[in-house]
Amino acid sequence: MTLLNIVDLNISLPTTSGIVTASNGISLEIGQGETHCLIGESGCGKTIVALAIMRLLPVNAKISGKIFLNGVNLFSLSNKEMRQIRREQIAMIFEQPQSCLNPVFSVGSQIAEAVKIRDKCSAKASKEKALELMRNVQIPDSHKRYHHYPHEYSGGMAQRAMIAMAMALRPALLIADEPTTSLDVTIQAQIMELIKDLVVQFNTSLFLITHDLEAAFSMCGHVSIMYAGFIMEKGTVENIIKSPKHPYTKALLSTISSEYSSPVRGMPPELTKLPAGCVFHPRCSNAMPVCSKIDPQMEKGVRCHLTMKI
Amino acid sequence: MIKFILYRLFISLFVIVGASIISFALISIVPGNSAESILSAELANDPKLEEVRFFMEKHGLHNTFLIQLSQWLKMLLKCNLGTSLRTGESVLIEFCSRFPATLELAVSSTLLAVIAALPLGILSAVKHNSLIDHISRIVSLWGVSMPNFWLALLLIWIFGVVLGLLPTYGYGEIKHLVLPAVTLGTGMSAILMRLQRASILEVLNKNYIRTARAKGLNEWSVIGKHAFKNTLIPVATTIGTQLAHLLSGVVIVEQIFAWPGIGHFLVDSINTKDFPVIQGFVLIIAFFYVCINLAVDIFYALFDPRIRYGGRN
Ligand SMILES: Nc1ncnc2c1ncn2[C@@H]1O[C@H](COP(=O)(O)OP(=O)(O)OP(=O)(O)O)[C@@H](O)[C@H]1O
Ligand SMILES: [Mg+2]
Repeated sequence: MTLLNIVDLNISLPTTSGIVTASNGISLEIGQGETHCLIGESGCGKTIVALAIMRLLPVNAKISGKIFLNGVNLFSLSNKEMRQIRREQIAMIFEQPQSCLNPVFSVGSQIAEAVKIRDKCSAKASKEKALELMRNVQIPDSHKRYHHYPHEYSGGMAQRAMIAMAMALRPALLIADEPTTSLDVTIQAQIMELIKDLVVQFNTSLFLITHDLEAAFSMCGHVSIMYAGFIMEKGTVENIIKSPKHPYTKALLSTISSEYSSPVRGMPPELTKLPAGCVFHPRCSNAMPVCSKIDPQMEKGVRCHLTMKI
Repeated sequence: MIKFILYRLFISLFVIVGASIISFALISIVPGNSAESILSAELANDPKLEEVRFFMEKHGLHNTFLIQLSQWLKMLLKCNLGTSLRTGESVLIEFCSRFPATLELAVSSTLLAVIAALPLGILSAVKHNSLIDHISRIVSLWGVSMPNFWLALLLIWIFGVVLGLLPTYGYGEIKHLVLPAVTLGTGMSAILMRLQRASILEVLNKNYIRTARAKGLNEWSVIGKHAFKNTLIPVATTIGTQLAHLLSGVVIVEQIFAWPGIGHFLVDSINTKDFPVIQGFVLIIAFFYVCINLAVDIFYALFDPRIRYGGRN
């Protein structure tokens, strides 16, 4: 069953240097219990898409398209209904976990707050539950740690706390936006492992955002490859690894395997002035004349003139 | 924490005594003779030479600066602030008889300012660039730029003369307090409101606010709890400084409303170079400044866990 269905999502944000188009006709589906990974270079608009699902984009963002959760269009909900969705259906964890915890409240109380708002239980019960969650995400000495403040937590611990807070909501969908990017390499693997376990334990669908291909492939069933606000290719992990179609996907794969030997040249375009035609053509080693003129359509999971021809 | 407080109080001793010595030195640099000015004020005409000499010897004013200073410090060690040259009363009694009025006015203006400014500041931050925000911006600009004496006269005219609701001067009852407190509270609340607005706007961009929203909290919890507590430090600092400022006396407002506070008396003493009063008052006011600053610092530690004093984590 489809849990989350993003249909033709367009997002543009006015900035001082022009209008940023961070999402261009993005469509993707996440089934119940599925793990879906969104992969893309820094600045391609991944966080913006995630925030759009949470409806936490800045108010000046221009959004069109639809995002369905269990068949309900999130954009048609009132703010109050959306808050309920955030309380009960979708939780999100972010990069730089320390900055995501409020510095003037103890970490434990922030987790307990999530328990309280989800379960509408007493302060005592929510504290008990928060302690249990802290043990669940392997925060040692949880009774002591409960009362500590975010500045007393390391990055890895803070991310565990964020995960505990997200799990307190028992969400149907967990969005993890580069949950390990700002952490030590050794901690990264642990956090990924933890997320993987919890997703199974809580029967939660996962929308993982990352640029770590190996982590993505080891954790997820489906991937979407994003480039400059467009999804270039999507499919199951096996298909993408076995037979990537899009030159960009192949280029990305070349960074982790020697089978494809065409690393991407140059820099991604600025989202304020996207090139005409296919956004990837200036960096594409297989570009044809048509690529600079006509924007290809998504067909059978690939957005490329090379495969459209066939 | 206790160690920190004791340490701070110890340091403050030097600040307090230093402030009075400096004020003493400044007054003695200013030309003019306190004996002459006090006697001429008393006699309502120029005093005779021997009267002046007698007065000076009686109060030790013929001594050099350093001797006068050391005498004063010796007295201070015995917790004695001396007597006013002008009134002959003990300085401490002069201060204590006036300070309750000053305190009452300072505290009520501050309370008024805080009660008005914080909610309005938060509201205009939450609804920034809305009509409410623009109106409050204009009102606060008006509040900051309006001189106190002008606002006082305006309030007297409206509420005292035209509407006849409130007494225009005097001291003793709550109704006497309203107009002077509003006069002083207006400027302060304008400053506080802008500060509260700016602080909230800054905090609202923080990642932890996004987290608070992401867990489905309503706007009231997000702003009233998560954002507000993070703005307390700049706001409390400003409240402290403003309160300390008000405690040192407000001459014009006291004058207009015939409010019997310390400001008026202190200015008269400065005009007549009444050394003991000036030094004594400066000493006590400096003490209050130090205490309020200390209170603000303690408040920091209570509300921001990242701030801890005395080397303990
Ligand atoms: N609040 C905002 N207002 C305007 N523009 C924004 C805002 N947030 C992000 N952007 C812009 O949107 C584009 C996409 O940003 P986004 O944060 O989604 O990238 P990302 O793919 O998550 O990158 P990273 O891997 O670095 O996190 C960037 O060009 C960024 O400058
Ligand atoms: Mg991002």
